[in-house]
Amino acid sequence: MMVRALALMGALICLALPLRAAVAIQEVTSPGGIKAWLVENHDIPFTALNIRFKGGTSLDASGKRGAVNLMTALIEEGAGDLDSQAFAAARDGMAAEFGFSSDSDGVSVSARFLTDTSAQATDLLHLALTQPRFDAKAIERVRGQVLQNIASSAKDPGTIASDLLSQAAFGDHPYGSSGDGTADSVQVLTRDDLLAAYHGALARDRIYVAAAGDISATDLGLMLDKLLGDLPATGAPQPADVALTAKGDVTQQSFPGPQSTISFYQSGIQFEDPDYFAATILNEILGGNGFSSRLMNEVREKRGLSYGIDTSLAAYEHAELLAGSVATSNEKAAETMQVIRDVWADVAKNGVTQKEVDDTKTYLTGAYPLRFDGNKRIASILVGMQMLGLPVTYPTERNAKVDAVTLEDVNRVAAALLTPDKLTFVVVGDAVGVVSGN
Amino acid sequence: MSELSWINRWPLAALALGLSVGQALADKVSTFALDNGLQVVVIEDHRAPVVVHMVWYKIGAADESPGHSGIAHFLEHLMFQGTKTVPPEQFSKIVAAQGGSDNAFTSTDYTAYFQRVASDRLDLVMTLESDRMHNLNLTQSDVDTERNVILDERAQRTDSDPGSLLSEQMAAAQYMNHPYGIPVIGWRHEIEGLSRQDALDFYHANYAPNNAILIVAGDVTPQDVLALAKKHYGPIPPSDKIHDRIRPSEPPQLAERRLVLADERVAQPYVVRNYLAAERNSGDQKDAAALTMLAQLLGGNRATSVLPRALEFDQKIATYTEASYDGVSLDQTTFTLAAVPADGVTLDQVEKAMDAVLDQFLKTGVDAEEFARIKAQVKAEQIYSSDNTQGLAHRYGMALASGLTVQDVQAWPDLLQAVTAEEVMAAAKTVLDRRQAVTGWLQTEGAAQ
Repeated sequence: MMVRALALMGALICLALPLRAAVAIQEVTSPGGIKAWLVENHDIPFTALNIRFKGGTSLDASGKRGAVNLMTALIEEGAGDLDSQAFAAARDGMAAEFGFSSDSDGVSVSARFLTDTSAQATDLLHLALTQPRFDAKAIERVRGQVLQNIASSAKDPGTIASDLLSQAAFGDHPYGSSGDGTADSVQVLTRDDLLAAYHGALARDRIYVAAAGDISATDLGLMLDKLLGDLPATGAPQPADVALTAKGDVTQQSFPGPQSTISFYQSGIQFEDPDYFAATILNEILGGNGFSSRLMNEVREKRGLSYGIDTSLAAYEHAELLAGSVATSNEKAAETMQVIRDVWADVAKNGVTQKEVDDTKTYLTGAYPLRFDGNKRIASILVGMQMLGLPVTYPTERNAKVDAVTLEDVNRVAAALLTPDKLTFVVVGDAVGVVSGN
Repeated sequence: MSELSWINRWPLAALALGLSVGQALADKVSTFALDNGLQVVVIEDHRAPVVVHMVWYKIGAADESPGHSGIAHFLEHLMFQGTKTVPPEQFSKIVAAQGGSDNAFTSTDYTAYFQRVASDRLDLVMTLESDRMHNLNLTQSDVDTERNVILDERAQRTDSDPGSLLSEQMAAAQYMNHPYGIPVIGWRHEIEGLSRQDALDFYHANYAPNNAILIVAGDVTPQDVLALAKKHYGPIPPSDKIHDRIRPSEPPQLAERRLVLADERVAQPYVVRNYLAAERNSGDQKDAAALTMLAQLLGGNRATSVLPRALEFDQKIATYTEASYDGVSLDQTTFTLAAVPADGVTLDQVEKAMDAVLDQFLKTGVDAEEFARIKAQVKAEQIYSSDNTQGLAHRYGMALASGLTVQDVQAWPDLLQAVTAEEVMAAAKTVLDRRQAVTGWLQTEGAAQ
C-alpha cells in the first residue's frame, strides 16, 4: 500500500469548537494516594490504561547502557509462577493486551482489558509489574533479539542519522546515545544489572497514570492501589538537564544506495517558555504542517527534490531542539540542503506572513479536538499532558493560547530562535559535495 | 504483499490482520446507493465531534494496462494537482486550514482518498472530493514535477530497502500470469515513461460514481450523510466505461520457485515464503476464515504459537518467526511464513527447521487450548476495534473495494468463531504446498549460506 505522504505529524494542531464531554477529565486519587486522570465512557465495554514511569533509558547506570531497554522488554516474559509462555497464555485467555516500552524519558505500560475480566487482568498486570522473573532463558532469548535490532539499526540509514544527530547534539548525556545500548554493552548485562534497572525505573515517585473507557472513578482508584500500591516508593535519581551542542557543521557517513538521508537540527524551546506557542506556529509554517509548509513547498512541490520533508519542535524532559529530516537522491542532496538553509535564513530575516499565521492558527485550533477520539488515544494523550505538568483544564484553554499569538510574536521568535549558522546537518549516504570547509 | 516487520520487537497488533469487525456494530452501520451507482456506507460513532470521509475507487495497480505500471499510483498523486475551480496543491491546504488532515493510498485492487475533519466540516470535504471525481485539471509541468516525486518515493521505499526489493522480486515470481506480480508503485523504467495523457486516460476510464464507494464514519447520522451525498455526488453522471474486473488468472503452478537476494545493506538475513492462497469471496469466506485462524495458530502469538514455540523457545534457532495472511483481496492472495535465524544459524538450517515444524504440525494438529485462546481474542477484537472508527472505515473500504459486501464484513467474526480444528488442518494441508510457493532468502552480500 502506498501512502501518499509521511503521516502528518501528530502535532499540536482547531476550530473554536468547544470540547465536548468526550474529554471531560476527572482527577482521581486512589485511597492509597495514587493520582490519575480519567475520561469515563461506557459506550464500549473495555478500558484503556496508560502508565508512564519518568526516567526510562536515561536512567541506565554507567557502563550499563541498554539495561532499561532490555529490562522493559522482559517484563512480559514471565512473572510470579508463570514463565513466558504461561504468562502469554494467561493474558490471551482473557483477551487482555499489555504493552511495555521504553524511551529516553520514560518506561510506558499500556493495557486494554475487557470489563468482564478487568479484575483478572489487573492481577496479571500487577504480577508483571511487581514480580517479573527475569529468567535466564528469557534473558538470553530477548538479548538475542535486541542484539539483532542493534545490528539492523547499524544498517538502517534513518536510525544511523538519528543516532549521529543525538551524539552531535548531546554528547555524553544519555540523550547522546541510543537507549538500546551497543552490542558490547548489551552482551555483558547480567541478571543483577536488569534487576537494578527494574528497581531504579519502576517506582511510585515517578508514576503518571491515565485511563479511558468503561470504568468509574471509584473502581479506577481501587484498581490502581491493587496494581501499583506495592511498588517501591522511590527509584533511581533522574538525569540532569543538558545543554545542546549545535555547531552548524555537516557530518557525513557513507551508506550504499541511491539516496541520502539528511537530518538537521538547532536548539529548540522549552514547553514552559511563554513563547512556546509562537514557536509552535513558526515550526508549523517552516516544516511542520506537511503540505502547507515552506520547506514542503520549496523542496517537494516546486523542485520535486524529495517525497517529503518535515520539522518538529522536540521538547524532552532535559533538553529541547528543533529538528527535521528529508531523504533525497545523492545527486540532489547538496541542492536540498541549500534550499533548507535558504528557507531558514529567509524566515529568520524576513519572518512569515499574516496569512500563514492565521491559516496555521485555524489549523492548530481546528485539529486539536480531533485528537480525542477513542479510549486508547485519550489515555495516551492524558499521560503526556501530565508529564508536561498541565492542568486538567488545559484542553479547554489550549486553543485560546494559540489564538493569542500574533504575527509580531511569531516573527520575533523566528528572529531569536532560528539560527541558520548553527543549523547542523547529518548526512547518511553517498551524496557528493555536501561537506564543505574541511 | 506482506512485509516482514520483525524489527518491531513487540508486535502488539498480533490481531491486526483484519480478524474482525464487530457484529455488535452492525446496528451502527448503514448502507445505501445513489441513483448514479455510488455506494454509500455510514458508520456512526458519536463519542467525539470527528468525521472521516473516504472515497474508494475500485481500481488499482492490478488494473493497469501492460507497460503502464505505476499509473494508478501516479494518478493518485496527480489527484492533488487541482481541478477547474481548485488550484494545484490547494486541496490539502484547504483541508488543513480547517484543522483537518487528508491522505490517499493505492493498492493492487483499489485507490482511496480520505479526510479527517470536525464533523461540521463534512460538507466542505464532500465538495472538494466530489469535484475532483470529475473535474481533474492537469498541467504538463505539474505532471513532470510529480513524476520526480514518485521516482523519489520509489527510491526511498523500495530501492533503498533490500527487504522491499526481495518482496518485489518474490511477487514477480509468484504470479506467473496475474498482474499482482507487478509492483504497485511501478517498475522504475515504466514510471519514467508515464505521461500526462496516460494519467488522464486512466482517470476518465475509471473514476466515476458507479466505480466508487463513499464511506463516512464518525459523528454523523445516515440521514445527513445521504442528503449531503445526494447534493455533492448525486449530480455526477455514471460512466458507461466501467467493466467487471476480470484479470488474467494463474495457470496451475507445478514447481517451487526460489530466490536469493544478496545486498551489502542487509544487516539481518531472513527466509520468507509466500504460498498461493485463497482469498475471501462474497458469500464464500469459509476457506479464508480457516486460513486466518491457521496464521494465528502458527504465528499469531509471540510466545505460544507453533512457530515461535518450536523455533524460538525450544530449538533457539530463530529470533523471530511470522505467519501472516490477509484474505481481503480481489484475486488469489498469499499466505506468508518467515523466520530470522539466530546468531550463527544459516538460512538453510532455519528454513529446514521451519519445514520440520510444519510437517510435525500437519501430523499433530491443533492445540485445543491455544485455539480457544485465539477465539477469545477474536471475540474481544470485536469490542476493541470499535474504539477506532477510522480503522473500521478502512476495513469496510478495503473489503468493499475488494469484491466483498457489508454483509460479508459483518458475517466474518462469526465465521472465524465457527472454524473447527479439522477445517484449520484441511486448510493447512491445502495451502502449505511448496509447489505453489516462492521462497526468498535475504542475505548479506558475500555471505556463505
